[in-house]
Amino acid sequence: MQQSVSAKFSDHDHHDHGHVDQGGLKVLGFWIFLVTDCLLFATFFAAFAVLRTHTNGGFTGKEFDVPGFVIETFILLISSFTSGLAVLALNRGNKKALIGWLIVTVLLGATFVGLEIHEFSSMAAEGATITKSAFLTSFFSLVGLHGLHVTFGIFWMTGLILQLFKKGITSVTKRKISIISLYWHFLDAVWIFIFTVVYLMGVM
Amino acid sequence: MRKWIQTAKFSILALFGMVLLAGCDNSKYIVLNPKGPVGHEELRLIIISVILCAVIIIPVLGIFVYITIRFRDKEGNKAPYQPEWADSKVLEIIWWGIPIVIIAILGVFTAKTTLNLTKPPVQNVKPIVVQVTSMDWKWMFTYPDKKIATVNYAEIPAGVPVQFILTSDAPMNSFWVPQLGGQEYTMPGMSMGLWLQADKVGTYFGAGANFTGKGFAHMQFKVKAVSQADFNKWADSVKKGSPVLTKAGYTKLEKPSLEKELSFSSYPNGLFENIVNKNGGKYYHHMSNMGDGSSMSGMDMKK
Amino acid sequence: MNTSHFFVTGDPMIYGADASIVLVTLAIVFYLSYFKKWGWLWREWITTVDHKKIGIMYLLASLIMLFRGGVDAILMRLQLAIPNNHFLPSEHYNEIFTTHGTIMILFMAMPFMFALFNMVVPLQIGARDVAFPMLNAVSFWLFFIGAMLFNISFVIGGSADAGWLSYPPLSENQFSPGPGQNFWIWGIQISGIGSLATGINFIVTILKMRTPSMRLREMPLFSWSVLSASIAILGVFPILTGTLLMLTIDRLLGGHFFTMDAGGNPMMYVNFIWMWGHPEVYIVVLPAFGVYSEIVATFSRKRIFGYSSMVFSMIAISVVSYYTWAHHFFTMGAGADVNIVFAVCTMIIAIPTGVKVFNWLFTMFRGRIRVTQPMLWFYAFVPTFLVGGATGVMLAAAPADYQYHNSYFLIAHFHQVLIGGVVFGYLAGLYYWWPKLFGFKLNDRLGKWAFWLWQIGFYVCFMPQYALGFMGMTRRMYTYNQTMGWDMGWAPLNFISTIGAFLMGICFIFQAWQIIYSIKHGERDVTGDAWDGRTLEWSIPSPPPVYNFAILPTAKGRDTWWYQKQEMKQDGYKKEPVTFEAIHMPKNTGIPFIMAIFWFIAGFGFTFQWNWMGIIGLIGVAGTLFARSFQYDTDYWITAEEVEQTEKALGRL
Repeated sequence: MQQSVSAKFSDHDHHDHGHVDQGGLKVLGFWIFLVTDCLLFATFFAAFAVLRTHTNGGFTGKEFDVPGFVIETFILLISSFTSGLAVLALNRGNKKALIGWLIVTVLLGATFVGLEIHEFSSMAAEGATITKSAFLTSFFSLVGLHGLHVTFGIFWMTGLILQLFKKGITSVTKRKISIISLYWHFLDAVWIFIFTVVYLMGVM
Repeated sequence: MRKWIQTAKFSILALFGMVLLAGCDNSKYIVLNPKGPVGHEELRLIIISVILCAVIIIPVLGIFVYITIRFRDKEGNKAPYQPEWADSKVLEIIWWGIPIVIIAILGVFTAKTTLNLTKPPVQNVKPIVVQVTSMDWKWMFTYPDKKIATVNYAEIPAGVPVQFILTSDAPMNSFWVPQLGGQEYTMPGMSMGLWLQADKVGTYFGAGANFTGKGFAHMQFKVKAVSQADFNKWADSVKKGSPVLTKAGYTKLEKPSLEKELSFSSYPNGLFENIVNKNGGKYYHHMSNMGDGSSMSGMDMKK
Repeated sequence: MNTSHFFVTGDPMIYGADASIVLVTLAIVFYLSYFKKWGWLWREWITTVDHKKIGIMYLLASLIMLFRGGVDAILMRLQLAIPNNHFLPSEHYNEIFTTHGTIMILFMAMPFMFALFNMVVPLQIGARDVAFPMLNAVSFWLFFIGAMLFNISFVIGGSADAGWLSYPPLSENQFSPGPGQNFWIWGIQISGIGSLATGINFIVTILKMRTPSMRLREMPLFSWSVLSASIAILGVFPILTGTLLMLTIDRLLGGHFFTMDAGGNPMMYVNFIWMWGHPEVYIVVLPAFGVYSEIVATFSRKRIFGYSSMVFSMIAISVVSYYTWAHHFFTMGAGADVNIVFAVCTMIIAIPTGVKVFNWLFTMFRGRIRVTQPMLWFYAFVPTFLVGGATGVMLAAAPADYQYHNSYFLIAHFHQVLIGGVVFGYLAGLYYWWPKLFGFKLNDRLGKWAFWLWQIGFYVCFMPQYALGFMGMTRRMYTYNQTMGWDMGWAPLNFISTIGAFLMGICFIFQAWQIIYSIKHGERDVTGDAWDGRTLEWSIPSPPPVYNFAILPTAKGRDTWWYQKQEMKQDGYKKEPVTFEAIHMPKNTGIPFIMAIFWFIAGFGFTFQWNWMGIIGLIGVAGTLFARSFQYDTDYWITAEEVEQTEKALGRL
């Protein structure tokens, strides 16, 4: 099994005063990044909260497709669960199960994005486009921003699956998997807010 | 080096002197020379804040100069040297305490003045309403009581509180007549209230203070304060002798341009309300502030 | 997009700029090719992940931007020197003040600050690099490419002209069509992402990379200031990213976040942008406070007074700065309650700031003060910042602000705090740490010329502007007529102010000359401790070797190097034998630079609304991230023998 230099470093240099746990640094850095990403979403949530009544006489929150967004929510929640199962497999050192659950997670994520694109395009077909009102601008931007995050996560996870095939479970891939699962759960948490603030409060 | 410092100090002092001399004629400092109760109230706060700041700044500068001279590192300096002395609870309490007290005092004055300015400057005189619309790049004033309109100048009766109601039919600007009082933004879709009043007859400089693009630098206007009788006379003469502002006329006026002073004997019904509404006014009903606590409906104060 | 408008035409000044850009580019290309320096440039600088080199690149870029922003300032002052001047037309003047503000804050102050972060923090906390060296390089290149994107708008496509914060609806398509505004958005967006990454990087660096024996509450104050500034960056730069994204959606996709029609809310932008913008000015001033703390202690030969109080006040400033943004628009008519709350919060910030001044003064009290170049800038800072702070408190009194807002009083105030606080602070830091990075001091005589010209120029330029504010002159006017000029008294003061601007321009020449002169003739520093310093960065050679510390230092309390020196003196400079160990370092990588190039392609494409090009750029960015993820061979070891040889060569053994 090939090991990277940094992995070697963190594995057996504990006596060194200069020892810095590279993996730990990256996880901490990623947590801080998530805080900033959270604030980015918060800005879009704030804009949505201000503009949600500014419908310009057109499409309102009451017209959201209820079964559509409920199914999206379930799929994303399940994907969060499967990514959790992947981490469990990782902790057991079961490479096959790990890759399997990651693939399931990617597929669920892709389904989620597909459904979202379908939702957006059917809204657009009814004339509810981003240019129609401030409400729709903020809606498409907020939900779309989340969708882009998920899309990015899908590509990222695919890259990690390839690396797992090549390298197997090492301290580096281990760290990478734990970081992406953090990301994935974060997106799930953001979606819960979108589900509540945008969709549920919209149709109520 | 010392000589250098002397020269530098001297030139700075000389320049300050020049600036002060240039400003000897204090009528030019129009902000410091208000002609109405609002401006006076704001000037009072300015003076209070200057005094409170000076109370701290001047002694600190004195201490600063003293320390820099006394503790210089040169041969034979007999001043005490205590390289490890780095803490003093008493001193810390003093210099956290003093600013807190000063800020508290200033905070109270600020709060009081802020609240005062939301009310008409005098209570026993019936106020008039002037609606103000900033456009690219001119000002339109409409008088709902008289149904007349002007561009780039306004006449108001002296001694009467004026409720200016501000909006914009272009990028946000700011309505400022320094000698009557401070400014307020004119924002598209919103109608905001600003109380001003002129105590003396006179012509006052007004300006758009918030950048709006190419023609912004030319957005000055005059506010002419005249006696109540003259004001009525002026309104009558505008009513009789000026052209009508039609809908088409407004559409033309609205286009980006610079204009001279204009007067109109009438304007389309609900012009101001339409301007506010077409720019999103319906979304801000709750925010529309007439300055006296009444709501947007106050805009229909035309009898 | 009509391609005939691609190049800005019709102004001799712009043709001049075109010509000089082409000439400078050719000269650089020729120099690099003739002396076969391309490889050197790529290996030593473009691909570097060394924080010291990145710091130097930040510094160089920020000085160039200072020059550009300064030229803009002088052009503006020339136009305003006399009434009814026809030197610059309205559009051009508007572009120039927009550019001036944007460059000075985002492309001068920010990189200058990051230069100091990079040059000093790892050395001061006894680390061999920052936590994420490659991310650090990404940050730099994003900043650099963002700045370049913003700057080329001068000759290609046209500059933004809606003010440095570009309030909508003026900055929307309806009133500002064309690429200029997009250049502004993308230039800031790209460099802003870099700033955010730097913030994350330095938080982790300071929390996790300190030499193991250094406790947080014994960390030098400059590093504390970097920590508090980084936390503030973390809190507000995402808001900037989001706000710019919204403006992009409006302009590129026809959205309605901030438009006048279809329910858009322009005032929301004003709120968002100041939620970032106000903390932003504290972000740039906090490290300056840190610099002063280091300098005052060093040159008074005394411990900093009230260390805990200093740390507490910095954190207080960075926290309270989140709750002051609305003081930028007291005149929005938000209601008395809102104005009072924000007025009081703003005034409260003055308290910890004032406390810091007291602590600096009492650090000097019963010290022994050496008046060196860095200390001179501190001397200049105290009165300038006190008066600037006082006018800030005056502005914070909301009803009084109704009279100052958007007038030259405000202009004078923020230049006084930004120049007096930030620029003086950064220059002090530059003079202080220059010998550490380059191994020689900057010439004293030229420095003093520059210093005194700065002082005189500054006061001559900005004091009249306070008076102009009281005379009712509003900001951003490209001209004023004869009546305003003479009857209202604006002209003489404007003329004096212009003289001051020129004086400040001359000092820049002095400083540039000072640097060039000192490269050859500057006083060499072989000790590594040019100023008899107190903190760890002075314990290593100047310039430091690539790994900074051959052996990670042991920190014993605050000012550890100061006391270590005293111990060494007592021991008679006995040298203990040391054993070196192999040092683990990150490898250079070209990915940050390539990623930045793709960002440039993306930004340029979206600027001209060539979405295909923008999307290609973004795909490229994602591709470089992907490629990096597959790189496993990112580090190397410096062997113990190599370390020993290097230390020997540096005279440390």
